[in-house]
Amino acid sequence: MLELSNLAVNYGSIIALHDVSLKVEKGAIVTLIGANGAGKSTTLRTVSGLLKARHGNIRYEGEEIGNLPPHRIVERGISQVPEGRMIFANLTVRENLLMGAYLRKDRHKLSAEFDFVFEIFPRLKERSRQVAGTLSGGEQQMLAISRALMSRPRCLMLDEPSLGIAPILTKTIFEKIVEINQSLGITILLVEQNANLALEISHYGYVLETGRILLHDRSSALRANERVKSAYLGGR
Amino acid sequence: MKYRHIKKWILLAAIILSGIVSHFSGGINSYYLQIIIFIGINITLAVGLNLINGYTGQFSLGHAGFMAIGAYVAAYLSTEHSAGLFRALGGPNFFSITLLFISVLIAGGLAAAAAGLIVGVPSLRLKGDYLAIVTLGFGEIIRVVIQNTDAVGGPRGYSGIANYTTLFWTYSVAAITIYVVVSLIDSTYGRGFLTVRDDEVASEAVGISTTRYKVTAFVLGAFFAGVAGGLYAHSTTYINPSGFDFQRSIEIVVMVILGGMGSTAGVAFAAILLTLLLEYLRFVSGYQWLPEIIRRIAANRVIIYSLVLIALMLLRPQGLFGRLPRRGIPIGGATKRAKLPALSA
Repeated sequence: MLELSNLAVNYGSIIALHDVSLKVEKGAIVTLIGANGAGKSTTLRTVSGLLKARHGNIRYEGEEIGNLPPHRIVERGISQVPEGRMIFANLTVRENLLMGAYLRKDRHKLSAEFDFVFEIFPRLKERSRQVAGTLSGGEQQMLAISRALMSRPRCLMLDEPSLGIAPILTKTIFEKIVEINQSLGITILLVEQNANLALEISHYGYVLETGRILLHDRSSALRANERVKSAYLGGR
Repeated sequence: MKYRHIKKWILLAAIILSGIVSHFSGGINSYYLQIIIFIGINITLAVGLNLINGYTGQFSLGHAGFMAIGAYVAAYLSTEHSAGLFRALGGPNFFSITLLFISVLIAGGLAAAAAGLIVGVPSLRLKGDYLAIVTLGFGEIIRVVIQNTDAVGGPRGYSGIANYTTLFWTYSVAAITIYVVVSLIDSTYGRGFLTVRDDEVASEAVGISTTRYKVTAFVLGAFFAGVAGGLYAHSTTYINPSGFDFQRSIEIVVMVILGGMGSTAGVAFAAILLTLLLEYLRFVSGYQWLPEIIRRIAANRVIIYSLVLIALMLLRPQGLFGRLPRRGIPIGGATKRAKLPALSA
């Protein structure tokens, strides 16, 4: 579904990605783990068009999307939940969700989408008229995910959904991610520092280190891998 | 939606009311009339700038430049190119003057909008202070270009402009500006301006082209400034480049900040307040019984602006009306409002 090949990205003279190739199969949850600064977020931002690659290709459903602006990429069905819960703090929860469906031509009949996200995150329904900046961190993350779902994506990219959220809520959010994947068949590309959780819910994993893919395998195999265990899972 | 219709009726009522008041304005002292017209012009300028600085979260310091373009284009057209129109329509009668005035105002607005596009596009890569510097420089460039254009009098200014601006025109334009900005911000499309201010990355991530919104804000804001400039020129009948300097831009920015960035009602109110205050200070600076130092301060607008802004930052950083930088009525009605984080731009 989504295929990156030999992607290289710079921030000015600093090289963030040397050579990243990865593949996301339709319907799968694929995770990208790695330490700080390994290039996880950079990879996502490049796919969603927020950054431009120096070279390499990004193919989505067989078509090259590497040179498209972000809104064209959203239009094609790739939706990103940016790192750090970037919600629109001065809009209400409902308005945030409406803006998520900004590119939809049928903006007037979104009740199915609203029902769906409110079913997954009932908390948001209770707070739908509240200004989003007053939500708790976990609620803001729920809102950011829901907002991304409003455009009815076929591929959802999540950037560090556990960042700054209470552990108990993190667990809930990860369960919801699985639910979104299973009930809607949405392909998920997940970037996460909490490698344990990420490998638990995903089908396939890539380990990124200083801008290169170090290894990749089925998530269950990665969890058993000694190198991964010692470096990312806190095991011995 | 019902609310939308109410807005249209209010707009219509405002235009009719300004027509009626304008019709009976003959008895008003011409000095007061002039001030009332300046208030209307300042409302248009401030509400237009609020779209850029308040709602979209950009920082433009060049609004006087856009106003100057509108003023000079409208004045030049109505002075030099009215003869043909008058000949065709049987001399300067009510109908031909109305047609001429509307056309030159719109032409001035369009010229300013084109300038807004030119400054808007390259400015997209800049944020905050840097954008402010670029727009400031742009405003000054316009002023200097006009100063060196002999066809419009250069530094001597341009005189002999017909006095077409009435209460009716001024307040109709102000009402239309408020109507357009309020309707825009209340629409799904217009909420994009607010999301650009709240978070650019998240806006891009949901598919909002931040580029388009920023340019649109600049173009629209510049258009209203251009029309306001046209009204100004046809009110004073004499314009001169130094009337559109940096201080004028600051004046409009102060109105926006004073009223509360992102509050159309607040900004309009601040435009009224500040215009009246500055006029009143003219008298204060003439009161011989006051100590010399106070008279001097009163005569110097820049000191007054600074004092107003310092007082505002200490006492009410969100502006007079700004509970938080957003419009009044959220969809479905809000129950809670976020506290405004520090006013950063």
